[in-house]
Amino acid sequence: MREGSFFTTKFNHILGWARKFSLFHYPYITACCGMEYMSVACAHYDLDRFGAGWTRFSPRQSDMLFVVGTISQKLAPVLKTVYDQMTEPKWVIAVGACAVSGGIYDNYAVVQGIDSIIPVDVYIPGCPPRPETILNALIKLQEKIQNQEQDWRWKKRK
Amino acid sequence: MEEKKVIELLKKKFLGKIKDVSAPLGDETIVIESDSLLAVCSFLKSRTYDYNMLLDLTCVDYIGEEPRFEMVYHLFSIPKNHRFRIKTRLSEKDLSIDSLTSLWKNANWLEREVYDMFGVNFKGHPELTRLFMYDGFEGHPLRKDYPLRKRQPRIPLKE
Amino acid sequence: MPTRIQKEARKDTLLLNMGPSHPAMHGTIRLMVELDGEKILNSEVEVGYLHRGFEKICEDRTYFNLLPYTDRLNYVSPLINNLGYVMTIEKMLGIEVPEKAQYIRVIMSELSRISDHLTCLAAMAMECGAFTVFLYKVKAREFIWDVIEETTGARMTTSYIRIGGVRADIHPSWKDSLQKAVVETRKVLKDVDGLLSKNKIFLNRTRDIAVMTPEEAISYGWTGPCLRSTGVYYDVRKAHPYLVYDKLDWEVPLGERGDNFDRYYVRMKEMEQSLCIIEQAAKKMPKSKGPPSLMAEGIEPARAIKSSRKKRVEERIKLSPNLEGSERAVYKEILTDDKRYIIPPKESTYTSIEGIINHFKFFMKGHGIRPPKGEVYFSVEGGNGELGFYVVSDGTDKPYRLHLRGPCFHIVSAMESLIQGRYVADVIPTFGSFNMIGGELDR
Repeated sequence: MREGSFFTTKFNHILGWARKFSLFHYPYITACCGMEYMSVACAHYDLDRFGAGWTRFSPRQSDMLFVVGTISQKLAPVLKTVYDQMTEPKWVIAVGACAVSGGIYDNYAVVQGIDSIIPVDVYIPGCPPRPETILNALIKLQEKIQNQEQDWRWKKRK
Repeated sequence: MEEKKVIELLKKKFLGKIKDVSAPLGDETIVIESDSLLAVCSFLKSRTYDYNMLLDLTCVDYIGEEPRFEMVYHLFSIPKNHRFRIKTRLSEKDLSIDSLTSLWKNANWLEREVYDMFGVNFKGHPELTRLFMYDGFEGHPLRKDYPLRKRQPRIPLKE
Repeated sequence: MPTRIQKEARKDTLLLNMGPSHPAMHGTIRLMVELDGEKILNSEVEVGYLHRGFEKICEDRTYFNLLPYTDRLNYVSPLINNLGYVMTIEKMLGIEVPEKAQYIRVIMSELSRISDHLTCLAAMAMECGAFTVFLYKVKAREFIWDVIEETTGARMTTSYIRIGGVRADIHPSWKDSLQKAVVETRKVLKDVDGLLSKNKIFLNRTRDIAVMTPEEAISYGWTGPCLRSTGVYYDVRKAHPYLVYDKLDWEVPLGERGDNFDRYYVRMKEMEQSLCIIEQAAKKMPKSKGPPSLMAEGIEPARAIKSSRKKRVEERIKLSPNLEGSERAVYKEILTDDKRYIIPPKESTYTSIEGIINHFKFFMKGHGIRPPKGEVYFSVEGGNGELGFYVVSDGTDKPYRLHLRGPCFHIVSAMESLIQGRYVADVIPTFGSFNMIGGELDR
């Protein structure tokens, strides 16, 4: 099959559709934003209606990492280990000001943004962000998954 | 009042070791010599005075003054419903003081925290290691000469 | 690295790491256990994974600017942390708060306390397998957060309680939303009581597990619901009454055995008492004397500023929606009279020279709130126990040292001795009943 032919684009589309509506996420919760994450996961602002309801508490079984809360310097290697243990394809959402850029803590103990440790797909500002913001970010990630070049297992890696 | 009696008895028993007695904003405070800490605390914890809880234990860095560090202890008596503050000064050259782990069990973690943040050595502590910062961290963060924004990453960070 | 346990462990035992990122560890804490089969021989707790340098950063901010940092300490009950810090500074400055502001503060604290206990028990029950309880309690918490959001503007980290009073007057329709929240919470508490309190599975997992004696609890420095579950009567609201707690009629629930079930039950009973306090405070609160807040009326600020150059402006000024509830008419009820420590009302900042001077003097570097030299310790009853602030001031506008006495620091320090000899499955409800909050533990 040539690159860019009708079948490959259609297959890309279907694979993207399947992946975006069955996201298993790993909530890496540390701090206050965790409370808003709990609200999102529960009945009022339901996360399950977007297909991302099942919380997988193991990095091997999940394909999305929700980094929720402040990451301190002591915790940075643990985050890197968890990210490395996840299998491809994987996406990362940084929830809250502390994960995005260190937040209000500009000091010796806090990593100023997790993108200096792992690559991030969606950044959610807010301290803490409202649940609707987190859901909006999830929808944006779903659009990104739909439109990106899908990772096919049998394709040779360049 | 009960509290005045305690202070009078303390003054009588530890003549010379008590440097100052005051009550700023209603909190009873005494300043003592650092080597008499364990004796004063055991005296206060005994059945008659019954200061049975160590509420808090912390340190303040008065950089520029000599002695530089001041240890602050807050004791509390639940039956008498009274708080007591004990302060003692330590100089930078001899930064060590008796540990209170034999009297109260929460002194263990509180003293580890002060060691981590200020570098104070506690004689007789069973396991004086860092509590909040990671192994390999250099320096004591809450001292006044440690800069706020100094970065000491544990793993190499990009950008 | 938990080195002690690695050195002391025998060769034939299993070292299990319940690491910083673990579903049952609420927040980040590391627990290494040495196992013989399922029995725990030895354990070591490592904390500090959420150390954000709160005490150091407070030495770099003015007394007013560091209020948002206090919100993020015990992040499930942020208004109580606000209250603790603000009352410490008020004790140092010696200022009185108007009565209506005291009642508002009491209502907000108790709502925060209920949300704290709801979250703790929801997580504890979820880990024991009762997922329904988690969903019910988070639903009740949403109604409480709705009430808080109406008045303060934010669901969680509000920075609402200010030095001298509160930031804004309570919302005009607060009675209806409060009524709804109270009714829903009562329903949820009744449902959960029916689901868990006599449930054989829950009792098997929590009764007589991790028993703490009163003497040992006092030696560890336990306070709050965990201490009261062992039978010791100590509540900061009764021992050193602050605000209007001594004018309200409520009780302090006590436990008997000090096991996990008692810690759960004391929290359930405390929530009912908090609801009583809220209802009484809502009835006794002084009525609003100023006009109801109608932001849409009034003249534009630019016009008011221009006409104030000629003569004093008496008409209403249309302020930005952010300032809803803090107009000049209600200022007397929500903030103290002492002009040195509060932001002046926006109307006087726009239209009078004294207002502008007060505003500048409050925010200018080196000016603002400058307590006299000295030190102070004050504590309030937080969700987990005695939340104390020790502040040393050197006369400038920034604190010289600010130390937090976090209640769950002392509670978690007893963890190693409590789980010794028990099974791995007992660690989960034990840890859930402690209500460890990373922001307070690690600061």
